[in-house]
Amino acid sequence: MSDVVDLAKPAATPAPAKAPVPRGRPSLLRGLVPLLGGLVVFVVAIVAMVDQGWWQLLVAVLGLALLHSGGSALGRRRWGAGFDLTAWLCGIWLAVLLAGAIFVPWLPLGEHQNLAAALGEPTMARPNLLTDRPLGTNNFGLDLLARVLYGARSSLVVSIGAVLIGLVVGGSIGILAGYFRKTTDTVVGILTNALLAVPPLILLIALATVLEPNLRNIAFGLSLTAMPSMIRMARANTLTFAQREFVLAGRSMGASNIRLMSRELLPNVMLPLLSYGMVIVSVLIVAEASLSFLGLGIQAPEPSWGNMIAEGEGATFEQHPHIVLVPGVVVFLTVFSFNLLGERARKRFDSRQAQL
Amino acid sequence: MTNQTATPLLEVNDLRTVLHTPRGDLAAVDGVSFRLGRGETLGIVGESGSGKSVLGRTVMGLHTTGPTKTVTGQVLFAGRDVQQLDRRALRELWGAEIGMVFQDPMTALNPVKRVGVHLTETLRKHRGLDRKQAKARAIELLDLVGIPDPRRRIDQFPHEMSGGMRQRVVIAMALANEPALLIADEPTTALDVTVQRQILDLLARLQKEMGMAIILISHNLGVVAGRADRVAVMYGGRISETAPASTLFETPQHPYTEALLEAIPRLEEPPHRRLAAINGAPPDMVRPPEGCRFAARCRHARNDCDQELPELVPAVHDAAHHFACFHPVNQGGR
Repeated sequence: MSDVVDLAKPAATPAPAKAPVPRGRPSLLRGLVPLLGGLVVFVVAIVAMVDQGWWQLLVAVLGLALLHSGGSALGRRRWGAGFDLTAWLCGIWLAVLLAGAIFVPWLPLGEHQNLAAALGEPTMARPNLLTDRPLGTNNFGLDLLARVLYGARSSLVVSIGAVLIGLVVGGSIGILAGYFRKTTDTVVGILTNALLAVPPLILLIALATVLEPNLRNIAFGLSLTAMPSMIRMARANTLTFAQREFVLAGRSMGASNIRLMSRELLPNVMLPLLSYGMVIVSVLIVAEASLSFLGLGIQAPEPSWGNMIAEGEGATFEQHPHIVLVPGVVVFLTVFSFNLLGERARKRFDSRQAQL
Repeated sequence: MTNQTATPLLEVNDLRTVLHTPRGDLAAVDGVSFRLGRGETLGIVGESGSGKSVLGRTVMGLHTTGPTKTVTGQVLFAGRDVQQLDRRALRELWGAEIGMVFQDPMTALNPVKRVGVHLTETLRKHRGLDRKQAKARAIELLDLVGIPDPRRRIDQFPHEMSGGMRQRVVIAMALANEPALLIADEPTTALDVTVQRQILDLLARLQKEMGMAIILISHNLGVVAGRADRVAVMYGGRISETAPASTLFETPQHPYTEALLEAIPRLEEPPHRRLAAINGAPPDMVRPPEGCRFAARCRHARNDCDQELPELVPAVHDAAHHFACFHPVNQGGR
C-alpha cells in the first residue's frame, strides 16, 4: 500500500515546478534592446547621415538587422519558437509590392516615364527617405520609386503570367503523358527533351528576334522555358498517383478517362505543382530582368527592373551606385520572398503527402 | 448452391489472361471456368501470384485484350459477353451492375476528395440523382455500412478515418448502385483481425439484404471458410480444386488443398511446433512446367504427374466436387 503512495508522489511533484518557464523562450530584454537600438541606429542613418553615401547605407542596414533580430525575439516570445519573422516579412513585402504595383497611378509620386514632364527635376538625386523622391532619380530626373513600382507591374505580370501558362499547358500535357503512357509519353518526352536541350537564354534571344517585345510575347517566351520542368513534374506525379488504387476504383465505378484525369489525378498533382510554380516565378523574374537588361524585353523609357539596372552600365555605377542598387535590391527581395515562401509551401505539401 | 441449374449470373468459360512482359508471355489466368448463381458466394483462394486478382479484374472487364495483354475465353455476365462490350457499355456495367472492393483502403480512396463525393459521384452518374438526393442516399449508404454519425462523416476527408472505417466507405462505394455482383479482392488483408471479422460480417449481412452474388478473393482460407458457398483453390493460374465449402474443408482431394489446410496453425497444438509449410516456390509462369503445376512441390507426386496437365474433373461420388489431380489424397484413385 505504501509503495503505491511513494510511487505516485515523486511523479506528481516536479511537474508543476517546471511548467512556468519553457525552454528556449527569449527574455523581454533580449527582444526590446536590439529593437530599440536598431530603431535609433536606423533613424540616425536616415536623418543625420544624409550625403554620407556608402556609410549611410551601411549604418541603415545595420539598424535594420538589429530591428530584425529584436522583432524576431519578441515574436518568438509572444507566439512560441515556431514564429518565423523572415517568412512573415517576405509575405508582407510581396503584399506591399503587389498593392504598390496595383495602386501606383493614384499614388503621389514623381514622373516615371515622360521625359518632358521631368525636365525641372534634379537628375541623379541620391536616395533620401525624407524627401519627396525617397529612392532618388535617374539621369533624366525620373523618380526611381515610381519606376520601381511601374516596373513591378510588367515584371510581375510577365513572370506570373508565364508561370500560369506553364502550369495550365505544361500541367495538362504532363498529366496526359503520365496517364496514357506509351506513344503519348514518348512524343511528349522527345518534345520536352528537345526544349531542354536549348539553353533558355539563347531560346529567349532567338524568340526576341522574331517576336515583338511586348508583355504577351515575353510571357509566352518565358513560359516556354518553364514548360519542360512543369511537364516533367506533372508527369512524375501522375505516374505515382495513377498507380494508387483509387484511380482503378474510380474506373471500376464507371468513370471515363477525362473524369479520372480531372477529378482523381488533377487535384493530387496540382498541390506540388502550385508550390513549385511559386519557386519558378522567382526564376522568371530574374530571366525577365536579364532579357530587359539585354534590351530584348521591355523597351526603355517604359520601366522594368531589368532595363533600370541596365541604366547603370559603364561609369554610371561608379558615380551613382543607387541607379543599380535600387532595382537590384528590389529584384533580390522579391526573388528571395518567392523562393522562401515557395519552399515553405513545398515542404508543407510534402509532409502532408507523407501523412496520408 | 441455390440454383446451379438455372441460367447463372456469371459464367466463365476457359478464360485465359496472358500478360506480355519483357521476360515473355505470362499466363496469369490459364484456362479457368466456373459458374456463379445469383446471391451465391464464391471464395477464390490461392497464394500470391496464383492469378486470383487478375482473374477478378478480367471477369470484371478491367483487363481486356490490348498491347500489354491478351484475353481469350468467355465471360458471360447476365448473358452478355463482357469481353465483347465496348468501353462505353463497360462503363455502364461497372459500378452499376458489378462493384469492386479493393484490398487497401489506404489507397482506394482519393486523399483530396471528401468521403461523400466518392459516393455521390457514382450515384449521380448511374442513377441520375441530383445533388441533394445523392447526398441523402450517400448518408443512407454510410449508415448501412455501419458508420456512426454519417451526417458528419460525409464531409470528412479519408485521412480523418481509421482503416476499418475507410474500408466500410469503399464497400459503400461498391454497393452504391446495388450491383448484382460484388468482387471483393482481398477486402480484409490490410486490416487487423478484429476489424477483418466486422467487415466480413458486414459483407454477409449486406449480401442477405441486397441479394447480390459475391466473389470473395483471399489468400486466407480462414476468411473464406464459413463465408463462401463454394470455394475454388487456384494454383499457377488454374483452378486446382473446387467444391462446396464444407466438402472442401472436410475431404480435400487435391494434395495442394490438403497441404494448405495443414499449414494453418492451430491453437490447440503444442507450442514451438514447426509450421507445416509447403516446400519450394510457385512455378515460373513465363515458363510453366508441362505436367501438373504443383508436381514439383507435391508429396504424392509420381512419374506421370510431370507428363501431362491434369484436367478439372468431377469426383466419382460427388458431382459438385471438381479437382485436377491424377492421384487425389482422400480416395484410392479415380
